[in-house]
Amino acid sequence: MTEPAKAMTGKAANALELRDLSVAYRVGGRNRAVLRNLNLTIGQGEAYGLVGESGCGKSTVALSVVRYLPRNGSITGGAIALDGQDVMKLDAEALRRARAESVSMVYQDPGKALNPSIRIGRQLTEIFELASVSGQAAEDRAIAMLNRVRISDPVSVMQRYPHQLSGGMQQRVAIAMALANDPSMLILDEPTTGLDATVEAEVLDLIGQLRQELSASILFISHNLAVVSKMCDRVGVLYAGMLVEEGPTQAVFNDPRHPYTVALLRCLPRGGQRKDQGRLDTIPGFLPGIGADIKGCAFADRCVLATERCRTEPPPLYELGDDRGRRLSRCHYHEQAQSLPRATPSNVAAPARQAASPAVLRVEGLNKTYASHGHPLRAVKDVSVSLRPGETLGLVGESGSGKTTFARLLLGLVPPDEGGMIELEGKQLAPRLESRSDDQVKAMQIVFQNPDSALNRSHSIRHIIGRALKRLAGLSGAALQARLDDLVRSVRLTERHLALKPRQLSGGLKQRVAIARAFAGEPRIVVCDEPTSALDVSVQAAILNLLADLQSKEDVSYIFISHDLAVVRYLSDQIAVLYLGRIMEIGPSEDVFAGPHHPYTEALLSAVPKLDQSETVRIRLDGEIPSATNPPSGCVFHTRCPRKIGPICETQEPPLSEAKPGHAIRCHIPYEELERLQKKAVEPEPA
Amino acid sequence: MALSLVTLFLLSIMVFLGGQVLPGNVGRAILGPFADQRAVDALNHSLGVDRPLLTQYWSWISNFIQGDMGTSYIFRSPVAPFVIDALGNSMKLAAVAFVLVVPIGILGGVIAALNLNRPLDRIISLGGLSVTVLPEFVTGIILILIFGVWLRWLPISAAWPRDAGFFTQLYYLILPSLPLFLVLFGYIARMARSGMIEALDSDYTRTAVLKGLPWRTVIWRHVLRNALLPTITVIATQTGYLIGGLVVIETLFRYQGIGSLIFTAARGKDFPVLEAGILTIGIVYAVATLAADFLYSVLNPRIRLGTDQ
Amino acid sequence: MSTTDSSAGIPAPPPNDTNRRGPLAEVFFSLLRSGTFLTGLAIVTFWVACALFGEHFAPYDPLADDIINALAPPSAEHWFGTDQIGRDVFSRVIVGSRDILTVAPLATLLATIAGTALGLFTGYFRGIVDDVISRILEAFMAIPVVIVALLAIVALGTSKTTVIVVIGLSFAPIIARTVRSAVLAERELDYVAAAQLRHESALHTMFVEILPNVIPPILVETTVRLGYAIFAVATLSFMGFGIQPPSPDWGLSISSNYGMIGGGFWWTVLFDALAIASLVIGVNLAADGVHGAFND
Repeated sequence: MTEPAKAMTGKAANALELRDLSVAYRVGGRNRAVLRNLNLTIGQGEAYGLVGESGCGKSTVALSVVRYLPRNGSITGGAIALDGQDVMKLDAEALRRARAESVSMVYQDPGKALNPSIRIGRQLTEIFELASVSGQAAEDRAIAMLNRVRISDPVSVMQRYPHQLSGGMQQRVAIAMALANDPSMLILDEPTTGLDATVEAEVLDLIGQLRQELSASILFISHNLAVVSKMCDRVGVLYAGMLVEEGPTQAVFNDPRHPYTVALLRCLPRGGQRKDQGRLDTIPGFLPGIGADIKGCAFADRCVLATERCRTEPPPLYELGDDRGRRLSRCHYHEQAQSLPRATPSNVAAPARQAASPAVLRVEGLNKTYASHGHPLRAVKDVSVSLRPGETLGLVGESGSGKTTFARLLLGLVPPDEGGMIELEGKQLAPRLESRSDDQVKAMQIVFQNPDSALNRSHSIRHIIGRALKRLAGLSGAALQARLDDLVRSVRLTERHLALKPRQLSGGLKQRVAIARAFAGEPRIVVCDEPTSALDVSVQAAILNLLADLQSKEDVSYIFISHDLAVVRYLSDQIAVLYLGRIMEIGPSEDVFAGPHHPYTEALLSAVPKLDQSETVRIRLDGEIPSATNPPSGCVFHTRCPRKIGPICETQEPPLSEAKPGHAIRCHIPYEELERLQKKAVEPEPA
Repeated sequence: MALSLVTLFLLSIMVFLGGQVLPGNVGRAILGPFADQRAVDALNHSLGVDRPLLTQYWSWISNFIQGDMGTSYIFRSPVAPFVIDALGNSMKLAAVAFVLVVPIGILGGVIAALNLNRPLDRIISLGGLSVTVLPEFVTGIILILIFGVWLRWLPISAAWPRDAGFFTQLYYLILPSLPLFLVLFGYIARMARSGMIEALDSDYTRTAVLKGLPWRTVIWRHVLRNALLPTITVIATQTGYLIGGLVVIETLFRYQGIGSLIFTAARGKDFPVLEAGILTIGIVYAVATLAADFLYSVLNPRIRLGTDQ
Repeated sequence: MSTTDSSAGIPAPPPNDTNRRGPLAEVFFSLLRSGTFLTGLAIVTFWVACALFGEHFAPYDPLADDIINALAPPSAEHWFGTDQIGRDVFSRVIVGSRDILTVAPLATLLATIAGTALGLFTGYFRGIVDDVISRILEAFMAIPVVIVALLAIVALGTSKTTVIVVIGLSFAPIIARTVRSAVLAERELDYVAAAQLRHESALHTMFVEILPNVIPPILVETTVRLGYAIFAVATLSFMGFGIQPPSPDWGLSISSNYGMIGGGFWWTVLFDALAIASLVIGVNLAADGVHGAFND
């Protein structure tokens, strides 16, 4: 056996050091570079954020550090030092000890990270057993650990299996497991991705608090810039396996010095930006694929500033003078980065809105009850909305809120319970799709969340769009061909895409095909069910722009479902906030955002991490979203409501009462009182 | 449980249709084309096959449930004792094969998965695939030639002498159980292997490794249980195929089991025996499936406990 | 058991470069690179060639008896010896694949067509239709195929057509089950909802939208079933319920000669047994290759 690595006394200067790290995956018989000479240093006790879009190699960094690359992955060069110890030189036993003693990792999807057939308690105690603590002592330590991650009933949680816990609880347990060995290095790889906004906020708060209590250095990996900005001291921006910019978090996000960072930040709808105020900026082109041959700057092809030099001479990481800390940028023209011209013009043609056109859609008292293991599950309860032509209704809610079910009810894919009414352009719709007329069907179409599921992978793009034109627009022959070309152009695809199959297109292009299909029959209403949630931000911006353009051109109405409030805000004229199948608040977009809001809306707004750290109030919800099979009595939100006023909340369901014309809130607290409470919360406390 | 009963009910109808309706005139089938029509009618009447179908089915199935499996056309005696004796013998043979194949098959699959894409894996996987797909009579013949005819280590017939003790019976059962072993080995090994690969690639295995647990603990505590759960179900469904193999093996080795009973009945168009034998196999299969479901739910907390929500 | 740093891992990231080859072409090329598939294909091709042209190079008439030379051991004249009525075993093995290579593929074809149709309908319509049919199929599958076939053949009488129909229909539920579970998964995908939102007919959705996507599992299942069909036909012939005399069929030959192996006349059965073994293994190696190519 080798000399245990722990023999060294005292800590190295840096918790983690990557020197010229190169990693490749073997795909199709070739080694393809994923990380290219990556240099990265994390100081003791520091929290370092690594951000980048999908495919940039950020998870590969994490897996390399713990030496757990996929079978086809290999480290092709460079060195990794954990606490000064060269990870790549460790033999199997030393590596195991390093994992047991000094480095831990938490990743996405805690449901899969925990062993489904072993009780939580056992999964925790086995970690202490590695340190020769067993029996009751290990149990006690496990309970203490669960307490530490703010699990309220640790003794009973110890006895449970992972599937008996909610996603948020599972991630707490995973964090407890990661911290159980008191690691010097904690790697968090998208730890809150996939969790609901309010749960994510809680988990992020927890990590923030634990940082104060523990000494661990943190490598925080995320695609979400705002999350990283909230959690980290320093941040590195990864592009095509290379660090393109690095520096103190606030400095990088407020004053980016690489065109990629600049562009990325501009893609986000921020500061309450709305569709009628201008288009979002986009990044043209695509990320270089893994293993792509990069000659000059990896971003040159997508950069408006790029010159001949950028295409031929790989830029080094320039060191920038900055009094806020060491800053690096991999750009020959970093001093001009901020002057990057927009890739997409901001100006929009003001839509000629007819003032009082009649509603295109009216929904009254829509209900949907599923049977779930013999219990009724009220997925949608008493929902009424109306929508005018050219308007967008945003539906916001967390999982179980019924927003997707509501969309399916509208489209007739799922029949509602008896009694409700859906009216399209003044005519009542049959509950089932089969009984609706062809005209009614083509008038209401959908863009699904996941284009891989929504586009038939056996068919060419030409077939997919052509078939929609044939069935929905009733076209054939030359007329169909002409309209096809038109439609393809209007979603900014090109002729050359038509012969391809969906799998040959990127996510953004696939979503354009789905949009083209939805628009084939000149619909009156298009339901957009989280159309950008599977996409990177740069692609998201382009899709949102496209949707906004199509809306102003075609006067189509949208029902836009999303969990991302900024995205909803950009596109929506009206917003409905759903919780457990009920509308908690509905009103004009600006009113819902400006407040006063329903306490749940307030919590949702406060849960969203913001890039600029402008946050003044923190409303945190306790507990988990209740199950729709067994909703709480009275106001369904009372179990988590921070503004609960008393027993009335538990016994009586408040009505959705109109506070202001068009703005209704389902709460026992009067509108004026909400206004007063929330105003007080926003005002800074006197120091 | 209820589902298995439905399945068995449907099976009984199919067996009844196959045994009593499809052949047409039973008396004619037994007595041959040249027999006198009156003799045929008389035989049909005495067999009860001239009654309405529903009556026939009802009396057949209600008697069957009470343990009366009808009367053999050929032996003119109750079918039940034949079936029960034969089933007992078959169970012995199947038990020997099962006891051998389940642990060895699982072990083979586990070893293959732990050596994924290395030579050992290729040998186990391709070897297992090759022996699994061979008809039992082919492996049976080759094994008889090797161990019975050339090496003379084992008897080529499974009919052991009267009053043979446990070990003598076992000795006679080794050769007949080997073809069954080979057929099942590849199947079980393959399931175990793919279950292992899936479990080894899972996030929870990654968690266990990154906890710093020794490799041995990772495999024993975290991988094996999750990996082998699906294999249990497969083993149970394989009882059906095992019994199918018994028909051939028992014929080849002249062994008095349910398979050879069915074979003899089929040859002699002895429909009551044939029907009773097949329905019995259906019951054995249903029981095995139930047992597997039960075992699976005991071992799988997700099914045992459901969710709290 | 060695401990490596990457003993297991997350799936490889998808290749990001757009692949211009169609999925089927890709499967085809990966088949050409698969040693397993090519070996299997070579064996099967050999036996198909024997079935088609065997007569021309078999040294003797496979059906001609020669009682004087009965049960002669392998020699220069009779490479594989002669059987109990003096027929040349070598010649019989060469042409013995003819019947089984007609019956088994036809049975498989029947099973594939019937099973695909059943699986598509039950998977697409779900509900009562699915429940009822699935129950019936399950009852069917509770009994080993060989025994189902035995019952049906006894009831219907022996002929090649009966064997084809009986094995075809016995295998149909197994293929139907595979197709059904694939269709159930496809049906949850949004492109099916999109088709409904174009008011497409059920037939269009089933055959134009869903069917192309479930072709891979059908192809894999069909090749696997072909192996089992050969297995089943050989077994039935061995038991006297399949291919009938005087065909030189391998299973049938073993059936009529195995009674004498106790007497040491091993050559009358060994070569037929090895022939069946090689054909079945060949088909299954090819099937394994197809499976691998579709699941890469």
